[in-house]
Amino acid sequence: MPIARAAKRATARLGAVVLTGALLAACGSGASPDSSDGAGEEVTLTVDLFGSFGFKEAGLYEEYQKLHPGVTIKQSDTQDEADYWKSLQTRLAGGGGLADVQGVEVGRIASVTQQQSDKFQDLKAFGADKLKGQFAEAKWSAATTKDGKVLGLGTDVGPEAMCFRTDLFQQAGLPTDREELAKKWSTWDGYLELGKEYKKKAPAQSAWLDSVGSLYGVMIGQEKERYYNAAGEMIYETNPAVKTAWDTSVKAAEAGLSAKLDQWSPQWNQAFAAGSFATIPCPAWMLCYVKGQAGASGQGKWDVAKLPGGAGNWGGSYLAIPRAAKHKEEAYKLIEWLTAPEQQAKVFQKQGNFPSSTGAIAKISDAVDPYFSGAPIGRIFGDAAKESPVQVLGVHDQNVMQQLTNALSEVERKGVSSDKAWETAKKGVANVTG
Amino acid sequence: MSPTSTAKAGPRPARIGSGSGSGPGTGPDDGPAAALRRSWRKASPYAYIAPFFTLFLAFGLFPLLYTAFVSLYRVELQTSGDMEWRGIANYTALFTDEYFWTALRNTFTIGVLSTVPQLAMALGLAHLLNYKLRGRTFIRTAVLLPYATSVAAATLVFAQLFGRDFGLINYVIGLIGVGPVDWQTGTVASQIAVSTIVIWRWTGYNALIYLAGMQSIPHELYEAAAIDGASRWRQFIHVTLPGLRPTIVFTVIVSTIGATQLFGEPLLFEGSISGGISHQYQTLGLYMYEQGWGFFHLGRAAAIAWVMFVLIVVLVGVNALIARRRARKEAGR
Repeated sequence: MPIARAAKRATARLGAVVLTGALLAACGSGASPDSSDGAGEEVTLTVDLFGSFGFKEAGLYEEYQKLHPGVTIKQSDTQDEADYWKSLQTRLAGGGGLADVQGVEVGRIASVTQQQSDKFQDLKAFGADKLKGQFAEAKWSAATTKDGKVLGLGTDVGPEAMCFRTDLFQQAGLPTDREELAKKWSTWDGYLELGKEYKKKAPAQSAWLDSVGSLYGVMIGQEKERYYNAAGEMIYETNPAVKTAWDTSVKAAEAGLSAKLDQWSPQWNQAFAAGSFATIPCPAWMLCYVKGQAGASGQGKWDVAKLPGGAGNWGGSYLAIPRAAKHKEEAYKLIEWLTAPEQQAKVFQKQGNFPSSTGAIAKISDAVDPYFSGAPIGRIFGDAAKESPVQVLGVHDQNVMQQLTNALSEVERKGVSSDKAWETAKKGVANVTG
Repeated sequence: MSPTSTAKAGPRPARIGSGSGSGPGTGPDDGPAAALRRSWRKASPYAYIAPFFTLFLAFGLFPLLYTAFVSLYRVELQTSGDMEWRGIANYTALFTDEYFWTALRNTFTIGVLSTVPQLAMALGLAHLLNYKLRGRTFIRTAVLLPYATSVAAATLVFAQLFGRDFGLINYVIGLIGVGPVDWQTGTVASQIAVSTIVIWRWTGYNALIYLAGMQSIPHELYEAAAIDGASRWRQFIHVTLPGLRPTIVFTVIVSTIGATQLFGEPLLFEGSISGGISHQYQTLGLYMYEQGWGFFHLGRAAAIAWVMFVLIVVLVGVNALIARRRARKEAGR
């Protein structure tokens, strides 16, 4: 779940544990299966996930257990994806303690297909081939190894848009119509120009943009090749696409358009409700995050418009079955059902995670979100999903991204020069990959 | 194993023992039992301490040695099966690794920033607590409360207090006209913030240790000093401090070890495993964690772990040496 990116930071995780422990406990007690039917074979399937995939929230486990008496589903959940990934790696290395179904974030899928294909089950053995037409092409190919093994089924994708505060726009004298805005910021330069206009008349303590890190992240999501080329070589240093996203972010930082917040930090979270920024680039899963942080008082103040500079994708997840799983066949049946169009559409209605299945996209194309001023999110994100490039993924995508955004934060928060920050980023990447 | 089953299983080896000359005065019936009792009495201390040493071997010594072994290889968690021999290259690489030196420097500066004020304040606090105060027990318990708080909870609260935009501390210093400080980004500011958390948590703990030490100083010394006309401050300098020397050495050593291993506070302060955007408050412990569990370079992380271990041994050794030399000088006077 891309929301788990949100929880990349340990603070978020611990904050969640400390503050919402009771809430989580309440969620956890929801599925209490009564497997007294005894019809057929009794199987307990374990599902280990991170963030919020929304299966439990959308009632999918209960539904599946009703459809398949004798199957009991137990889900364990780690809030922070980075923590989840660490523990999954440890268990894969040791070969024990693995669940029947493990979630994998899209930023990690290349590591699975390139480094650990022998540790996950090839789903073609269960006939996954016939599902190919059901998924977006990019989603399917990312989980396929070079020799054609299919190691995961896609749950959601992260088509990108731009969320903005209509009340702040009004105060600064900017148009608030999402169609008009989409025209004005059809390019990123247009977006920055509008930002400068906003800055002139904006309310005090309110910036145009939350952080240059999110700007960079969403821009890089519009590119086909980012840190690696199709041959698997690291190319971020010479890739003009990275350069463009970097330079635009630096421009935004130097023009003072950002609120200088660190994404996923507690301060960033507080700023949603405080109105510290007027726009935030938002992949589909970010909607749920905005609602959570801005709270009920933000209802109707937010809106969603098309992203400047074309369509892109940021985030999305997979369900995979480790080789060491106990009930592989039953697990496959479960993930096939969970990722089917009907179920993905239900998760979108409930949780906002955008479906990776093309059939489900058609089902939700007329969805609107009252929280975001009734924005036609089904159409906006649907169009973005259709036009998103097929991204080339690499083993260290996540880490390289982290180093580059860290360096951009130095430009944003400390006024370091672009060249110097770039050198820092290169050193950081060498440290990660070396 | 229950005691009865020991007794049942016992006789056989015991009889062999009694055959090779048991002690005098034992009857044919109770002889073996007595011999068993005797041998048990000899062996029992070892049996009692065995659990600790078994656990120590399994969870202390073995990991220590295995870490040393791993530190000689290139090991990545994702492909942990393929170990590539690197010899001491993991160690030599640290000498040219600027992040390592940054972390070492940060560990030192944060260590000094937190340990020195912490121990000084603890000493003063203990001195005050040593007076006859109303509600003494309550106050003494209260100073220990920060120590009982978990690192995570304390750090999260402090992270809020030190917030740039909505933090209480910036609000308060704003009242006296000092501009908002970006506690997370500035090198000195962030290190002070992290040190503050450490000081808050450990001052009371050290104060109680000092208090215990102070109470073992004979009261007559204070009385004698008072009769000689020594002020409270003079009493503190000339009676309390010399009497507390062993206690102070102990707290300095414990605090040094703690400062070298500092991890939770900087990790949770901003939630960054890099110790901030420019590694400005990344300690050695955090750097090890970043290498091992952020980047999955287990070999390199193991090397850092060993360097930290050696560093602590050296620091403690130096501390002990200084303390002993001072003690000898005192004795020679």
